[in-house]
Amino acid sequence: MSTSAPVLEARGLIKRFGGVIAVDQVSLAVKAGEMVALIGPNGAGKSTCFNLLNGQLRADAGEILLEGRSLTGLPPRAIWRLGVGRTFQITATFASMTVRENVQVALLSHHRRVWRFWRAARETFVAEADRLIAQVGMREQADRPCGVLAYGDLKRVELAIALANDPKLLLMDEPTAGMAPAERLGLMDLTRHLVRERGVACLFTEHDMDVVFGHADRILVMNRGRLIAEGDAASVRANPAVREVYLGSGTTSGGH
Amino acid sequence: MVARVDFLLVQFLTGLANASALFLIASGLTVIFGVTRVVNFAHGSFYMLGAYLSWTIVRALWDWGGREPWLFVLGILLAALAVGAIGALVEILLLRRIYRAPELFQLLATFGVVLIVQDITLALWGPEDLPLPRPRWLRAFIEVAGERFPLHDLILIFVGPAVLGLLWLLFQRTRFGILVRAATEDREMVAALGVDQRALFTGVFFLGSTLAGLGGAIVLPSQSANLQMDLAIIAEAFVVVVVGGMGSVPGAFLASLLIAEVQAFGIVLVPKATLVLVFLVMAAVLMVRPYGLLGRPQAHARAPAGSVSPVVRAAPVVLKVVGAAALALAAAAPLYAGPYGLTVLTELAVFILFAASLHLLMGPGGVVSFGHAAYFGLGAYGAALGVRFLAVPMEAGLVLAPLLAGLFGLVFGWFVVRLSGVYLAMLTLAFAQIVWAAAFQWVELTGGDNGILGVWPSPWARDKALFLWLALALCLGATLLLRRAIYAPFGYALRAARDSELRAEAIGLDAARLRLVAFVIAATSAGIAGGVYAYAKGSVFPTYISIPKSVDALLMVLLGGVQTVSGPIVGAIAFHGLFLTLLQWVEWWRAALGLAIVALVLAFPEGIAGFVQRRWEARFGATS
Repeated sequence: MSTSAPVLEARGLIKRFGGVIAVDQVSLAVKAGEMVALIGPNGAGKSTCFNLLNGQLRADAGEILLEGRSLTGLPPRAIWRLGVGRTFQITATFASMTVRENVQVALLSHHRRVWRFWRAARETFVAEADRLIAQVGMREQADRPCGVLAYGDLKRVELAIALANDPKLLLMDEPTAGMAPAERLGLMDLTRHLVRERGVACLFTEHDMDVVFGHADRILVMNRGRLIAEGDAASVRANPAVREVYLGSGTTSGGH
Repeated sequence: MVARVDFLLVQFLTGLANASALFLIASGLTVIFGVTRVVNFAHGSFYMLGAYLSWTIVRALWDWGGREPWLFVLGILLAALAVGAIGALVEILLLRRIYRAPELFQLLATFGVVLIVQDITLALWGPEDLPLPRPRWLRAFIEVAGERFPLHDLILIFVGPAVLGLLWLLFQRTRFGILVRAATEDREMVAALGVDQRALFTGVFFLGSTLAGLGGAIVLPSQSANLQMDLAIIAEAFVVVVVGGMGSVPGAFLASLLIAEVQAFGIVLVPKATLVLVFLVMAAVLMVRPYGLLGRPQAHARAPAGSVSPVVRAAPVVLKVVGAAALALAAAAPLYAGPYGLTVLTELAVFILFAASLHLLMGPGGVVSFGHAAYFGLGAYGAALGVRFLAVPMEAGLVLAPLLAGLFGLVFGWFVVRLSGVYLAMLTLAFAQIVWAAAFQWVELTGGDNGILGVWPSPWARDKALFLWLALALCLGATLLLRRAIYAPFGYALRAARDSELRAEAIGLDAARLRLVAFVIAATSAGIAGGVYAYAKGSVFPTYISIPKSVDALLMVLLGGVQTVSGPIVGAIAFHGLFLTLLQWVEWWRAALGLAIVALVLAFPEGIAGFVQRRWEARFGATS
């Protein structure tokens, strides 16, 4: 919240699949310390939009800037180097490693210590890894393999991994998908706390309207590839276009 | 000029005839793979059995009713059906028990069958090549543009398309065929719909093996039944299946045409490099189409529940003590062992490094190489060529060995790491066959089948004890370095890329580059092993690069346990010990080794070290 210039800025993004325009002239901006939700009905183009931002897909037109620097056309790993942490809709962690080792690998990559062939990896960045693990409330499970963790815990590990490169921007694709309702709010409370504390810009997609209205500072609504509304929870709730898209069902709780 | 065109036409027709035989074998292999996902090494053995059985059956029928054409056809069909029955039997007795085991264990089991069939064939038919004298009507020639073309080849040309048509009818018009197609698309879904998988799989094995048997039977009149047929054909059949797209019968047809024509014209254009040419074509096709001509990306095999790769931990103290004791015992061998014992220990050191180098790729790297012998052989030939052409001393030869292997590892690996799964494994096999073919055919350089002799150690290392210490220092030293790398950041990053490439790339790791570096390290290490082996033996031969040698490495890694760091060491000791024991004491050692492999696969699907680790942890808990 220190500066008013946006951390992430996208201008006029377009993505076509054959004849279908999945993302059509989308522009958005996220500031430091801000949590922005990207919502919309299924097929609205949220995931495509997300994959353009994280480098998984290449935009047909438009520009993506991270603190003024263009990300357009960069592969995911280069985007990560510039300070973008990601969590996935279906968690992706290293199943054959413990929680601590998962975070250690991310730290090794961040500190450019991957091409080392001698010293044991498990002795590197232990304190730094444990600090991140403690931040996401996984201290007790630091030595457990990720392959045996409960799903909600994996989401926390992902968050710790995503924070390992001290990111300026956090991209979270459906961070609470597949979690129990109580866990969802816990994870998002934690995320919001970390975002505020570290001054990270956070963009997330989400189906759960409780999560969206309870945790987003600002909400972007997509439908058929276009942004149709933008604003805080109250104004989005009152927006007639949004009401029309959700047929009145999205204004209260529930969603999916 | 006219004569030249005629010649090309005849060459083209010969290619078509060869394509038919190739298609029969490859179509069976591809159908089996499509449905059961088993990479069936024993398919070449079924082809060989087809040739031998038709030799026996056709001759019996001729003795009974004269050399009638219809008896010849009947004999061939009977032989093919008999082979089909054998294939079904192998499925029921063996493969059915291990469908849930990792894919590689199925491959090992089928290689066990290869060994067993080799010895059974040898016992039943003897070591001589068995030609089938062609009856007069089959000896005829027809006139093609002024050239003589054998009638037998002309008939063959029509067999391939005819079988393709019959298969098409089978797949379109029968319930069995529809199930086969459905299972090729999505086998879990077919199972979920309540289809009897057992009957389907057995049926598919019957069909595939029948086709292989038919292939062996119809080539008999133009070749002869011999004991080298199985492995000679299996590499080619894999090439055809991979080029066509695994699981695709029309793809196999196209690919068999392509490969057979490449061979037919290759013999004219580059007679020295026909074998190399075939594998180069395969590599080229895979670079453009990573799933073959008509193949599709493999439906994601859903990971079986509970198949979490275990966490790699530092070795418990007990293991370190045992390891150090074993090393001390080996180093002290000159005090108690005779020359034979020292030779065995030297070879053991070589094979431990060979296995450990493959393990780096297969375990932490998740890259399954079917052709690791290439780098072992390149190391051996690197040293031997240095001796032959540059007259370098052993010290320099042992530097050339890893250099040559590592260089080829870099070139081949650059292509290999761009693929995945079975296609990747097949490309490694293809590259190994290129190296093997070069060693075999490029006689001026490599001496061909006769190898290169006189690769002796420097005078100071001629003493067997000193050479053992040299081998222990080089091979076990390199093995320990490989272990170190697995525990080091590089090894963790490599495993990260294996566990989840998506996540690895999202934390800045370059998965392809990590795998390439692992490939080069593995190749270089195998090169050291090969170099030491060359000086230990005093000679090098193309067999160092052959398929069985690559399978040896796979066996050692898998028997030891691919997910444990000590696995390859345990596996190398167990395998080499078993091999030497059988070689010394059992007359039919191939069959015995095959049976042992099959038994081990059935008993330890997670490998010996994996089995011990699990029992240890169940008893004493996991050490961290």
